[in-house]
Amino acid sequence: MDISPVFFYLFAGLAIAFSVLVVLKKSPVASAFCLVVVFFMFAGIYALLDAHLIAAVQVLVYAGAIMVLFVFVIMLLNADSPSFDLGRSHLGLRVGAVAACVVLLGLFVYAFRASPLQVPPGALTAAQIDAAGGNTRVISRLMFSEYILPFELTSVLLLAGIVGAVAIAKRKLGAPEGTA
Amino acid sequence: MRIEPWVVLTFCSIIFFIGLAGVLIRRNILIILMSVELMLNAVNLTFVTFSRQLGHLGGQMSVFFIITVAAAESAVGLGLVIAMFRTLRSVDTDQIQLLRE
Repeated sequence: MDISPVFFYLFAGLAIAFSVLVVLKKSPVASAFCLVVVFFMFAGIYALLDAHLIAAVQVLVYAGAIMVLFVFVIMLLNADSPSFDLGRSHLGLRVGAVAACVVLLGLFVYAFRASPLQVPPGALTAAQIDAAGGNTRVISRLMFSEYILPFELTSVLLLAGIVGAVAIAKRKLGAPEGTA
Repeated sequence: MRIEPWVVLTFCSIIFFIGLAGVLIRRNILIILMSVELMLNAVNLTFVTFSRQLGHLGGQMSVFFIITVAAAESAVGLGLVIAMFRTLRSVDTDQIQLLRE
């Protein structure tokens, strides 16, 4: 792929470093802010891959909406205690989990390297998308023609999500403070 | 110098397995949810890479729907965290042991 290697390795390296920090940081607020950095790095890589609309949505929805939700809940619960839970879990469990992840990662990388894509490229290469008016225009056309049914179903999903979140999180009417 | 597709896919896998390790080894429910978001992002980038490689925009459309599902998922998940905190006064998954007694 003809993308800038300097920027790709910069974004990828920072994203990996900050994802490790997300997992290892003691305080949830510190993890949340590391996660924001990871989301911005992902947006940069999407832009490198000519997915401009997804890069914008990534910043707006992930770094904006979802992270605000996370930080809001951390502040609401006052849950930012710096207790480090890694030391408490069973040592064998932790070592086993990390070892399993490393082995699976090795398998994935082997599979990706060993099987290059043999499929002929489709109609919408980068040059053709540019000729058709750019990534955003082409995606919007697709979303409101070919993918209109999933798009409409998304609204049902979001409605169900809102109702579910309110129903789960609300305090039961008449219940005294401190009980569910 | 050219970036081969497998390099990008390797990067996606690394982020995915960092997220999986976070889900497995952490006990704080908030950080477990953040690790799930990491895994979802890694999968999104895999979709975009294949979309670019194959010259087909179906992958990028899938990313939009995954982002929507992820937003709904974190809203419901954080609602569950609030309900859990109200019941147990803790965000620690080790405290979920009501069935043990």
